[in-house]
Amino acid sequence: MTAYLLRRLGLAGLSVFGVVTLVFLLIHVIPGDPVDAMLGETAMAADKEALRHQLGLHRSIAVQYGRYLRRLGHGNLGRSLHSSRPVRRMIVARYPATIELAAAALLLALLVAVPLGVAAAARPRSFVNLASAGVALFGAAVPSLWLGPMLMLIFAVWLDWLPVSGRGTLAHLVLPALTLGIGMAALLARLLRATLLERLHEEFVRTARAKGAGRARAVVVHALPNALLPVITAVGLQAGALLSGAIITETIFSWPGIGRLLLLAIQTRDYPLVQGCVLVIALTYVALNLVLDLLYAWVDPRVRLGGEPA
Amino acid sequence: MKRQRVRPLLLAGFVLVTALAGVAVFAPALAPHSPTTQRLDEGLRPPSPDHPFGQDALGRDLMSRVMYGSRVSLFVGVVTALVSVVLGLAIGLVAGYRGGWVDEVCLRVVDVLLAFPGLLLAIAVSAVLGPSVRHVVLALCVISWTGYARMVRAEVLSLREREFVAAARGLGATPLRIIGRHLAPQVLPLLVVQATFGLAGAVLAEAGLSFLGLGVQPPTPSWGAMINEARGFLLIAPHLTIFPGLALILTVAGFYALGDGLRDALDVRGDS
Repeated sequence: MTAYLLRRLGLAGLSVFGVVTLVFLLIHVIPGDPVDAMLGETAMAADKEALRHQLGLHRSIAVQYGRYLRRLGHGNLGRSLHSSRPVRRMIVARYPATIELAAAALLLALLVAVPLGVAAAARPRSFVNLASAGVALFGAAVPSLWLGPMLMLIFAVWLDWLPVSGRGTLAHLVLPALTLGIGMAALLARLLRATLLERLHEEFVRTARAKGAGRARAVVVHALPNALLPVITAVGLQAGALLSGAIITETIFSWPGIGRLLLLAIQTRDYPLVQGCVLVIALTYVALNLVLDLLYAWVDPRVRLGGEPA
Repeated sequence: MKRQRVRPLLLAGFVLVTALAGVAVFAPALAPHSPTTQRLDEGLRPPSPDHPFGQDALGRDLMSRVMYGSRVSLFVGVVTALVSVVLGLAIGLVAGYRGGWVDEVCLRVVDVLLAFPGLLLAIAVSAVLGPSVRHVVLALCVISWTGYARMVRAEVLSLREREFVAAARGLGATPLRIIGRHLAPQVLPLLVVQATFGLAGAVLAEAGLSFLGLGVQPPTPSWGAMINEARGFLLIAPHLTIFPGLALILTVAGFYALGDGLRDALDVRGDS
């Protein structure tokens, strides 16, 4: 386990370094003058010069990169160009809202996907199977940027069951979480059904059946625990869709998370804030995948011993 | 492949995609009105015989705008898929066949790009470059070639140990010839299927970027931008959201169906 842990940590470290460097390059080596982009070409020369000094842009790229790394090492993300507040504090204020939304969406996706996938595998020729196929297709083809406004229109405006937008009570969370989670639910249900059907043909499940276990028991008790590994992998891969999908969902429902902060920063050309938001979202994703990989290795000894994963 | 069974999924996908391409190519002839002519006195009108999808806030005919919108979606989708496939194929073939440090460098670059979740890198790239169709394509290519490269590399790793490659090598074929003549054709079916799904993904991504105001700029009609513009009128003019969204869903579903159908027909694995 230690060898695997070290190797995986090393890879995560490389990813972090790559992300940090790429974000730096994106902001600093863009064609055109960032100061022009921020202030407009008609700005006073003195103002431009002041901003250039404030951002340290008059130094060479290498020096800027070194200073940037050193600042990041201290957890310093710089200051917003518009509010002059520390970027870190602005992000810390918004971060919990995004995590809350993503976690709720994930929970909702699992609550929908697991029963649906299990039921569809237990009764392959039933209405449930058809329903799960329907949900899978719907979730794959219907984008959140359309689903969100539609859910809002139906459940918040016409039926008046839930609040239209904003964050506060649990009721505020329902529509955004649905919007963000339904695509993942569809994917996980489909994956779980397929994996379960595969496992049902394996010998340990057939042994259980031969010993008198019913199909339902075979699916839930014997096949399900063995079908959860691919689900863990899929959750890790889909966490990316969840984090970047949050940007669209937050925009639709005026959810005060980091995605909306990023969009606001882009619209106001607040480059330190853009840089900070992109960094934090990407690093969250790297950390999440690290945790899931370690979880996977802990659950499945074949991985940490260097064999082929299931 | 020789079976004569009708494949409903393949057929449905083919019909949808062909119809969509037809609308995109012949939009000027098919659209009932100009997509940009404003009639401010007729703003937000609901569907009527003269305007089957209704009119937007500036009184423009929504049906015509949805039809013209297919051009942007398809253009971005097709160009992104083509460029990414060519890039991914070239890099994947070389990395997989050469192995060693070339492979290692390619893998690390892919890892770093994949460390950015979903659309985030595309959002950052188009935010820095400024919104335009060209930058959307560029941003999407940056994030989507990696998937093809990884897939091709994995295929080549297993193919290069096979007898026909050893035979070609034994006959004195150069690495370039082995890659081009023997390996590339083997991975092509898989690539075609993945590219079909990738096309759907690029259409969705373009809609997402345009929805966030980072994609196609007005007055060019794009479905994502139209849904964004409609947000303020959701209550009084829901048709402005409904119709562009339906067009988007049909397009994506069409490519998914085509991809699923092709996968069965070409008998390759791979996922949507």
